[in-house]
Amino acid sequence: MLSAAEREEIEQVLKHYPVRDSVAIDALKIVQRHRGWISDETLKEVADFIGMTPADLDGVATFYNLLFRKPVGRHVIALCDSVSCWIMGYEGIREYLSSKLGVGYGQTTADGRFTLLPIVCLGACDRAPVLMVDGDTYGGLTPAGLDGILERYR
Amino acid sequence: MADLVKLTIDGKALEVEPGTLVIDAAKRVGIEVPAFCYWEGLSLQAACRMCLVEVEKAPKLMTACTLPAAEGMVVRTETPQVAQARKSTLEFLLTNHPLDCPVCDAGGECELQDMVFRYGAGESRFQETKYHVEEKQWSPVVFFDRPRCILCFRCVRICDEGLGVRALGIVNRGVTSEIAPNRGDHLECDECGACIDICPVGALNSGIYRYRTRPWEMDHAGTICTHCSNGCKTTLGVRGGTRIIRGNNRDRSGINGEFLCIKGRYAYDFYNHPERLQSPLMRRNGKLEPVSWADALSAVARRFSETKERGGKFAVIGSNHTTNEENYYLQKFARQVLGTGNIDHHRTGDAAALREALQGAPGSLATVSDLYGRKAVLVIGAHLALEQPLLAFTLRANYRHHQARVYVVTEGPVREDKIAAVSVRAERGRELEALESLREPLRGEPELVILFSDAIQGEAVGKLVSFGRSLGIPVQYVCLLDYSNSRGAVDMGLVPGAGGLELDEMKAAQDIDVFWVVGANPFESGRPAAKDAFLVVQDLLPTETVQLADVVLPAASRYEKAGTVTSVTGEVQGFRAAVQVMGAKPDLEIIGLIGKQMGVAAGMGPWSPEAVFEEIRKTVPGYDLPPAVIAAGGAAQAVWSDGAAGGRRRTGTVRSDRNGLFASGTLGRYSKILHSVLESRLDGRS
Ligand code: SF4
Ligand code: SF4
Ligand code: SF4
Ligand code: FES
Ligand code: FES
Repeated sequence: MLSAAEREEIEQVLKHYPVRDSVAIDALKIVQRHRGWISDETLKEVADFIGMTPADLDGVATFYNLLFRKPVGRHVIALCDSVSCWIMGYEGIREYLSSKLGVGYGQTTADGRFTLLPIVCLGACDRAPVLMVDGDTYGGLTPAGLDGILERYR
Repeated sequence: MADLVKLTIDGKALEVEPGTLVIDAAKRVGIEVPAFCYWEGLSLQAACRMCLVEVEKAPKLMTACTLPAAEGMVVRTETPQVAQARKSTLEFLLTNHPLDCPVCDAGGECELQDMVFRYGAGESRFQETKYHVEEKQWSPVVFFDRPRCILCFRCVRICDEGLGVRALGIVNRGVTSEIAPNRGDHLECDECGACIDICPVGALNSGIYRYRTRPWEMDHAGTICTHCSNGCKTTLGVRGGTRIIRGNNRDRSGINGEFLCIKGRYAYDFYNHPERLQSPLMRRNGKLEPVSWADALSAVARRFSETKERGGKFAVIGSNHTTNEENYYLQKFARQVLGTGNIDHHRTGDAAALREALQGAPGSLATVSDLYGRKAVLVIGAHLALEQPLLAFTLRANYRHHQARVYVVTEGPVREDKIAAVSVRAERGRELEALESLREPLRGEPELVILFSDAIQGEAVGKLVSFGRSLGIPVQYVCLLDYSNSRGAVDMGLVPGAGGLELDEMKAAQDIDVFWVVGANPFESGRPAAKDAFLVVQDLLPTETVQLADVVLPAASRYEKAGTVTSVTGEVQGFRAAVQVMGAKPDLEIIGLIGKQMGVAAGMGPWSPEAVFEEIRKTVPGYDLPPAVIAAGGAAQAVWSDGAAGGRRRTGTVRSDRNGLFASGTLGRYSKILHSVLESRLDGRS
C-alpha cells in the first residue's frame, strides 16, 4: 500500500498534468525517496494508483538509470563512463573506487553504505572525469581526491 | 472539405486529402515504402527508420511514416542515398540478430529477411559477440525470442490500442531493451495472437504453429470462423488437404480486417480431436456401434417414412453453427417432407423480436462498418470485449480514430468502460429503466447504434425500439447473438411455424416419436421427456445428445465444407472447404441422402451449396444478394424486409451462453488450445 504521504505527494504533482500517465517518472521518484528502491510490489502499487499497467510502468522504471529496481546502499555513486570521461581517464577512478570499497558495478558494500553504478554522460564533460553521489556532482576527479568526497557520506 | 494536396512521388503526380502521410500516399500510386514500425490504424512510432525517403528541398532524409503530404512536395523513395540509408539501418538491426532463419517460423515470410534481400545488406562491420537472451514461453499461445526482435513496438501497440488489453510493455534500454509481459514472467491476456501475427519477424511466435511447417508448404483456404456470431474471415493454412496448421487473416479480407480472437486464430483444433466421429453409429442392444452409411441412412429413412405415414410426431432441432444452405434445406425438408412445424434451435438473442419491432423501418440494422463509422454507440447488457470480440475491436477503433462516443449499460464493469463517455450500472432486467438517465445525452447525438444482448428480450425489445424512435435521431440496431450462424438460423426459418413447438416444448413433450438433431446438443443436461422417441443426431463429436442417439451420422465441420453464413450484423459471407476428414459428410449432403433414400429427393431439389444458395436468394426475404460478391470473398448485408417475422417466442427462454473468450459452447470443450489456456489460468500462476 502506498502511504498517505506518498499518495499526497503524487497527487500534488498530478495537478500539473492533464493525463495520469504523465506522472509516472515523478511518482516513481517519490516512492523511491520514501523506500530507497522500487520493488516489484511497489511498482504494482504505483501502477494501480496512476492507472498504468505494471508492464508499462516497468518500461519507465527500467529505462532510467536513477530509478532503482534493486535494493541499493544508503548512498549511490554513479560514475560517468561516457566518452569525455573515458578520454580523461575514468577507468583509473573506477579501479580506485572498486578496490577501496571492495565492490564492482552494481554491487553494494557489505556495510550497506555505498552502491557503485556506471552512468552515461552527466552533461559535465568540461570537468571530466565526473561522478555523482546521491544528488551531488563532483568533477576533476583524482584518486587522491576521492577519499575526501567519500568521507562526506556516512 | 479542405482542398486536396498535390504532390509527386517518384515522378507520379497525385492528390490526397490534407494530413495524409507520405507512406499512405505512396501506396495509392502503387509504391510501397518499406516500413517495420508503421502500422495502418495504430499510433505512429517512427522507431525503425526503414521508411526514410528523399524530399526535395529538405536537408535530410525524412520518415515517410510520420510526414504529412504537403502542397508541391516532391518525394523520391528509391534513390541511391535512400538505399544506402536503409542498408545501414539493416546493418544495425542485424547487430545482435542471431540470423537463425533456417529454423525460424517466420523464415520465408519475414519482413526483415525481405528487406535484407532487397537492399543486399550482406556484410556487417560488427565483430563483437552478439548479445543473447534465451527464448521464453509466456503462455500456451505466446513465445518470445528476444534476439530476433527489432523493437518496432507493433506488438505493444496492437495489444494496447487494438485489443485494449495492454499486456505488453518494453523494459530496459538500448541493446538490452526487451518486450515484457504483464505478469513479470508470463502473460495473462486475451491470448488472441494479434501480437504474434503483427510481428514483422519471428520474435513472437505461437505455441500452435512453431516448428510445424515452412510457410511455402501450405495451401490457404478462406473460411469463416465457426465460433462466435461475429463472422470473422479466417484464412487457414493447410498441409496435404488434411491438416490445418494455422489460422490468420493477414490479407485483411473479410469484415474483420486483420482481427481474430483466440477462437478464430487457434481454436479450429476440435476438427481432429481424438473423439471425432468418423463413422455412422447405430444403437444395437443398447450400445452405439459403427455401421455403414448405407445402413444408417436406410434406417433413418425407414423410420422417417413410417412415422410420417402413420401421422407420428417429429421434432427437428437445428444448429447455430451450420450453414445457411443446410439450415434452409433442413427446415424445407422438415416442413415439406416430414410435414412438421416443430422446428427450432437454441436461440441466444431475441432477433425475432427485433425483426418484428423494426417492421416498416428497413435499413436500421447496423453492419460492422457502421460500428466503425457511426458517431455514437450504446452497448446494453454485454461484456463486448469478451463476448463479441470483433464488435468490441471495431468499436475501439472507432473511438481511437473518430472519437466515437460510447455509452455502456451493464451489470458490472466491462472493458468498454475505458472508452465510454458514460457507463451506467444496472441490475439484470432493469437495463431499460437505467436507459432513461441517458436519454438527454443520446438525444444530443447525431446518430446512434444500439447493441443489446439477451438482457433485452420479448416485449423489452419493442420498448427499446420505441426508446430509440423517441430520440429523434437515426438509430441502428444489433441484436447480439452467440454462435456463428445464429442469425442465419433465424433468417432461414429454423423457428417453429404457426402451432409448431419451441425447443423447450419439444424437450418437455411426452409424445414425440422422432427427434432429428442437426449440429446441436439440446440434451446436454438430460433426456427429453419422450423417452422412447427415436433420436437421429448429426454431429462432429460425441456430445451428451449423441450418447443418447439411436442413429448418429458423422458430420463435417465448418472447415470441411462450403457454404454461406450470416454474421450477427447480418453480413452474409461464403467459404470453401479447407480440409477433408475421413468418414464425415456435410450436413447438407446427409440431409440430401436421407431424402434420396426416402425417394423424395426430386421434390427437394439438388443439395449442392450453390444450388441451395440460389434458391435462398429467390425465396428468403433480404437474401437476394449478389452471388459474385460472395463468391469473391466479399460480404453483403441481408436486410430484413417487412413481412411475417415468424417464430416469436412464447416461452421466453432466449438465453445467451456468455461464453467469453475461452469457451465456445459444446464445440469449445473439444479444443485443446482453449483448454490449455484455461488450465494455465488455474495452475495458480496468477
Ligand atoms: S495475445 Fe493478444 S492480448 Fe495477449 S499479448 Fe498478444 S496481442 Fe495482447
Ligand atoms: S516482438 Fe516483434 S512486433 Fe514486438 S517489437 Fe519485437 S519485432 Fe516488433
Ligand atoms: S470474434 Fe468471433 S468470429 Fe471472430 S475470431 Fe473470435 S470467435 Fe471467431
Ligand atoms: S562524458 Fe562524462 S560527463 Fe559527459
Ligand atoms: S516505418 Fe517509419 S520509422 Fe518505422
